[in-house]
Amino acid sequence: MAAPRAVLHLGAREWNGRARRIHGMSELVTPDSSREKKRTLLQFLSDHFQDIQTLREYLLQKQISKVNRENRSFTNIQEKYGPYVAGAVFILKQGGAVKFQDKEEWIRPNNRSHFLAEIQKFQNVPVEAVDASGCAINYQGLSNLLPLKELRSLSLQRCPNLDDWCLSRLYLLAGSLQELSLAGCPRISERGLACLHHLQNLRRLDISDLPAVSHPGLTQILVEEMLPHCEVLGADWAQNLKLEPDKQPPDTSTPLSS
Amino acid sequence: MFRRALRLGLGPGLPYRGLRTRKGGFTLDWDAKVSDFKKKVDSILPGKKYEVLYDTSHLPPEQADVVIIGGGILGLSVAFWLKKLESRRGAIRVLVVEQDHTYSRASSTGPSVGGIWQQFSVPENVQLSLFSINFLRNINEYLAVVDAPPVELQFNPSGCLLLASEKDAATLENNVKMQRQEGAKVCLMSPEQLQTKFPWINVEGVALASYGLEDEGWFDAWSLLQGLRRKVQSMGVFFCQGEVTRFITSSTPMKTPTGEHVVLRRINNVHVKMDKSLEYQPVECAVVINAAGAWSGKIAELAGVGKGLPGTLQGTKLPVEPRKRYVHLWHCPQGPGLETPLVADISGVYFRREGLGSNYLGGCSPTEEEEPDPTNLNVDHDFFQNKVWPHLVQRVPSFKTLEVQSAWAGYYDYNTFDQNGVVGPHPLVVNMYFATGFSGRGLQHAPGIGRAVAEIMLEGHFKTIDMSPFLFTRFYLGEKLQEYNIL
Repeated sequence: MAAPRAVLHLGAREWNGRARRIHGMSELVTPDSSREKKRTLLQFLSDHFQDIQTLREYLLQKQISKVNRENRSFTNIQEKYGPYVAGAVFILKQGGAVKFQDKEEWIRPNNRSHFLAEIQKFQNVPVEAVDASGCAINYQGLSNLLPLKELRSLSLQRCPNLDDWCLSRLYLLAGSLQELSLAGCPRISERGLACLHHLQNLRRLDISDLPAVSHPGLTQILVEEMLPHCEVLGADWAQNLKLEPDKQPPDTSTPLSS
Repeated sequence: MFRRALRLGLGPGLPYRGLRTRKGGFTLDWDAKVSDFKKKVDSILPGKKYEVLYDTSHLPPEQADVVIIGGGILGLSVAFWLKKLESRRGAIRVLVVEQDHTYSRASSTGPSVGGIWQQFSVPENVQLSLFSINFLRNINEYLAVVDAPPVELQFNPSGCLLLASEKDAATLENNVKMQRQEGAKVCLMSPEQLQTKFPWINVEGVALASYGLEDEGWFDAWSLLQGLRRKVQSMGVFFCQGEVTRFITSSTPMKTPTGEHVVLRRINNVHVKMDKSLEYQPVECAVVINAAGAWSGKIAELAGVGKGLPGTLQGTKLPVEPRKRYVHLWHCPQGPGLETPLVADISGVYFRREGLGSNYLGGCSPTEEEEPDPTNLNVDHDFFQNKVWPHLVQRVPSFKTLEVQSAWAGYYDYNTFDQNGVVGPHPLVVNMYFATGFSGRGLQHAPGIGRAVAEIMLEGHFKTIDMSPFLFTRFYLGEKLQEYNIL
């Protein structure tokens, strides 16, 4: 019980001005979104006596807006402290961890107070590693990571909103990225893994436990051919052998109408 | 006896079914419904002449605000945006008339390999692609239906690679400069860079290449089509399977400021002939949207477009006609790998990877002299052997050992004037709007086109993307929109 109070206290002390400004920026940045929410609410009120479906559609849209709000851009911090601090703050707010260059220890959400106290010192220090495992990062949120030009290690394990569209944006990190982990992401398929051929400096790639990949063994072979200098960690071979004879999912994407 | 007669009268349940299915129509058509109900009750009461109650559920409604001719990707997109941009829920009654619900002759989805790219010469086409890619990325924010599975597009973000010869290199460089200004993520590559990135390409004859790093690739066209259809049905759009055979129009003679006599026309009724039947139903309407794809030229002729002296605005026809295009599927175990983009060669041949098992889709647009006969959908296999395969082998030498698995044909809604689309109203048939003639790019541009047509109908002008260069008047004025390297 003491920890939440401490965090609130920290927020009250350090983020008093920053929080107010961020809140204002959020409202300014998305005027259409707030107007659309108002219209949706009015629409819901006008129809809710005869149409329960509108309520459910409203809740669905609210859930989508929540994910987009969590992945909003940190433009204000970026202008004041630079892209490295903005990217670090974004990851820490998501619950991940960051590691700056020439610093030994990782910065995690629990020791975030130390980082926030010395935020000036990190203004020009590049971010070397990012661990965003389990975060709600999506296509929109990746914009906060792409300016990190010296990023060498990126862990995106078990991210529920990471999909093939996000992988097509990682070419901006092609000059520096050496380690990438995508294990356990439910929405990444072999179509997105094909975009990783831009990352020719990659040395280690983890693509294990991807349920959306239809043929894990074949995909791993093709990814290894695509990235010859990279060590690819993929599916368990025994699991693959067991799966193959039992079921062969038909390829229904081809419109064979001849 | 009286009670049983009443029960028999209500048995078919036509009034209740009508009220239930026409969501939002309760308050609008109440008086018409009551008089219709009274007529039906009177016909079965004792002492009145008996009339058999005829089931008309298969017929389209007798009135509609907007009739969209053509239920393909463009018609569905216009219907979606009309319903999304309407001021009040259920304010616009939209009817989609489709002749072929199996889409076997569809103009945009049939012969397409599902590609989407931003590498165009006309800035409006780049903006359309950027709007579409944003629509596809957030497809489930637009097309999600409660209690239905999400739309799965199976998008392959592998990019699109355009090759240019020495003759076209300067044009390609200027195009890429414009595309970057519009916000596309396109990079230029020299032949050496191209060889390094894609070692399986023979760069002989290539002077320059442009490659889309982001927001380009291919997707499953049928998933988008069915997702749109499901969504617009849940939004209250009416569907009927039939053929438009006639327009009832009214004419008004007018004189222009220069003294020229013109005849303004307005469509009041659309006659819809039902499928495999001689029965037809007149539909009273306020606006007709011509999204009939390859057959929109015929629909425009029915409305009187082009019936006048040649050289006048009244005599200017809609230059859209059906063109047949082939798509081939081949297997090549030594072919390019997982990183293969959608490649468009200097010879006009294009191909892309299909799945993980060394399968490839591709084809080529024929020249004007060798244009195939569009009356049927038979595939000319000699076309691949003589016109496509030699260029393929020259560009990708490993395709020497390819084996053709299958092929199919489809129709383009080909614009013979400049191969760009027609959007917006006709200047003389004042309530007919066009969304057609995109010559193979209707699939990737459908979300933006639908929004543009809906905006100019509801607001009177384009808001999101200014598509004024695509209006019908350019055929009369002779202003061509030139698009380089049409796939």
